[in-house]
Amino acid sequence: MDISELYRLAERGRSRRKPFRIRCCMAAGCQSSGAIAVKQVLADALSAAGLNDKVELCSVGCLRFCGHGPMIATDPDEALYERVTPENACSILGALNGESSMAPRCDGNQPFFADQLPIVLENSGQIDPSRIEDYIAVGGYESLYQVLYDLTPAETVAAITQSGLRGRGGGGYPTGLKWSTVAKMSGDQKYVICNADEGDPGAFMDRSVLESDPHRVLEGMAISGYAIGASHGFIYVRAEYPLAIQRLQKAIQQAKRYGLLGSQIFDAGFDFKIDIRIGAGAFVCGEETALIHSIEGRRGNPRPRPPYPAESGLWGCPTLINNVETFANITPIIRNGPDWFRNIGTAGSAGTKVFALTGKVQNTGLIEVPMGTTLRRIVEAMGGGVTEGRVKAVQTGGPSGGCIPAQFFDTPVDYESLQKLGTIMGSGGMIVMDDNTSMVEIAQFYMEFCREESCGKCVPCRAGTVQLHELLSKIVNHQATVVDLEHLEALCQMVQEMSLCGLGQSAPNPVLSTLRYFRDEYLARLKPSMLEEVGHHVR
Amino acid sequence: MTLLNHSPSRIKSNQDQCDLRYKTLDITLKRNRHQPDALIEVLHKAQESFGYLEEGVLRYIARQLKLPLSRVYGVASFYHLFNLEPSGAHRCIVCLGTACYVKGAGQILEQLETTLQVKVGETTPDGQISLLSARCLGACGIAPAVVLDDVVSGQQTAESAIHAVQSVRTPVVAGQGD
Ligand SMILES: Cc1cc2nc3c(=O)[nH]c(=O)nc-3n(C[C@H](O)[C@H](O)[C@H](O)COP(=O)(O)O)c2cc1C
Ligand code: SF4
Ligand code: FES
Repeated sequence: MDISELYRLAERGRSRRKPFRIRCCMAAGCQSSGAIAVKQVLADALSAAGLNDKVELCSVGCLRFCGHGPMIATDPDEALYERVTPENACSILGALNGESSMAPRCDGNQPFFADQLPIVLENSGQIDPSRIEDYIAVGGYESLYQVLYDLTPAETVAAITQSGLRGRGGGGYPTGLKWSTVAKMSGDQKYVICNADEGDPGAFMDRSVLESDPHRVLEGMAISGYAIGASHGFIYVRAEYPLAIQRLQKAIQQAKRYGLLGSQIFDAGFDFKIDIRIGAGAFVCGEETALIHSIEGRRGNPRPRPPYPAESGLWGCPTLINNVETFANITPIIRNGPDWFRNIGTAGSAGTKVFALTGKVQNTGLIEVPMGTTLRRIVEAMGGGVTEGRVKAVQTGGPSGGCIPAQFFDTPVDYESLQKLGTIMGSGGMIVMDDNTSMVEIAQFYMEFCREESCGKCVPCRAGTVQLHELLSKIVNHQATVVDLEHLEALCQMVQEMSLCGLGQSAPNPVLSTLRYFRDEYLARLKPSMLEEVGHHVR
Repeated sequence: MTLLNHSPSRIKSNQDQCDLRYKTLDITLKRNRHQPDALIEVLHKAQESFGYLEEGVLRYIARQLKLPLSRVYGVASFYHLFNLEPSGAHRCIVCLGTACYVKGAGQILEQLETTLQVKVGETTPDGQISLLSARCLGACGIAPAVVLDDVVSGQQTAESAIHAVQSVRTPVVAGQGD
């Protein structure tokens, strides 16, 4: 493969397009809502009507409005349909001719769509993820070429540093800094790992990226390999994502066939191969040192850091670990330049963030917004508010994060502001809770999660999460006293400070954050005989 | 550690089928050049063909990968997705991830437990249904989600889930029902 061949392929892909296009979302959510049957009906109808040379029926990745699936979009009129059924699907063909359709139209100009700024998801819902030709037709793999021929590895790292990109896996560590640390390490064997374990329950951004645009992640990984001097990468995907695994496998095969992965990529003397490793259901394996153990075929127990994986990672070699969304940002940064990226979002948090908006909100689905968008914009305008009652809080960061009560909804979403509120950006799960949701029960729910997922290696976490869960259950069941509440807080601090890895260190966060904002809910749940006494204490 | 003092496996009862399963396993082992770091992938394949990871299979894998049995057992028992016990003919998995939980997945599970008269993690006495829970399937956009024999359904209620489970349990004869 050389660049002229890549351009030729891209041109051929573009010229192949037919006047009309029907894009059916085939991501996991819509498939579960019956998208396959809908697409089959459309395929049959197109053949029966002899329209196959005019209308292209294609499978695309996530169209974002997962709660209203199956979703279908058409071109060139850019109409969007929701809750399409095999019965009303055919009327979409008529609509291409200007007739009215029986399938419910979805307003593509409502804030849910209009306020999005797709960078990571730019191809999601636009191209067929199972065809590398589609990805190439929209400029895919040109950034890889550009890096190999126009930039030195050091310049590539500098571009990422300059862009201000920070890790999207939760911590927000500056990506350029991480790359330069690994790049500086000596030794000829280094590895790149893509963390696709997506453990936060209630988050599915990485799943959508992998299912909708797998090549973007592969290209980002290859660019990082060139930048840090690695020729071998791994993607660690959770086994719960069979469709994502299947699409990745296919994508890797296709890229190899075109010589875009493997040896002598673009004849530039750069080799890079990618292998998939599949998890087996352990949240702690999202932690980087545990993940490395898991790739090595061991139990996923974390180990103390330092040494960080950048120095000693997979099989003791310097290793770069980044999240799926982090890698998905690399190609656009190279294509449009670091300054373009830096100007999006806020000063400290550049770019966009993809969130999985779920819970008691009208519009559930995927959104990608510039950093610094306020929670109010996200929940009330884009999400359309809660389904019933009043919105109470939003949870971010999953079991390691916290709740943000409604009175702080004017806070811009960026790493620092969220931290100030006692939560974290996390990987992008955003769960809306209404006034029927008990915050104590939510804290109990997360603690049960951490108790189950604790790997058991260190005592503060192994025993602490059990005790914390017991105390929370006691409160939920109206059996706790004020002393128990004090005990709870002291124990939270102990587990936070003494646990070995991030799981234990952050396990108390949901408790501490709900205590901070919803203490009255805890007090109201104390032993009935306590209530009066508490009343004196608090007021 | 009941696993390690299991009586001889029931594999022997069906020699042919068993050979085929071991053959599938051998292909995976070979493709991974018997590298110990392929252990998790091999266990996945073994579970796929055998249904669960019984002692004989774990011993076989340990021998093939030249790993101590304790290491193989240690890994198999660490990860939630590996079953060391056989499961029922059908598997019903209720997602208890956060998005599903706030949408009432807990009540769905509770009612399934009552209807099937088993606790989560157990199999009905007739060996038909295993009731399980999961931590987020990535289908949060259509929460609450329930998986029945690998098919994910979204926006479930206790009634719809119970109905689905009952219908796989007593298959509707063709022509009957709606
Ligand atoms: C308990 C625990 C679970 C984690 N789960 C994930 C995860 O599912 N996905 C992820 O990308 N990072 C996860 N992380 C963070 C990773 O350890 C690591 O920081 C991240 O993959 C680095 O990538 P980034 O710099 O691109 O964010 C987790 C960390 C901890 C402590
Ligand atoms: S903090 Fe918890 S999960 Fe982390 S090593 Fe200790 S026991 Fe394991
Ligand atoms: S929380 Fe149930 S699918 Fe994500």
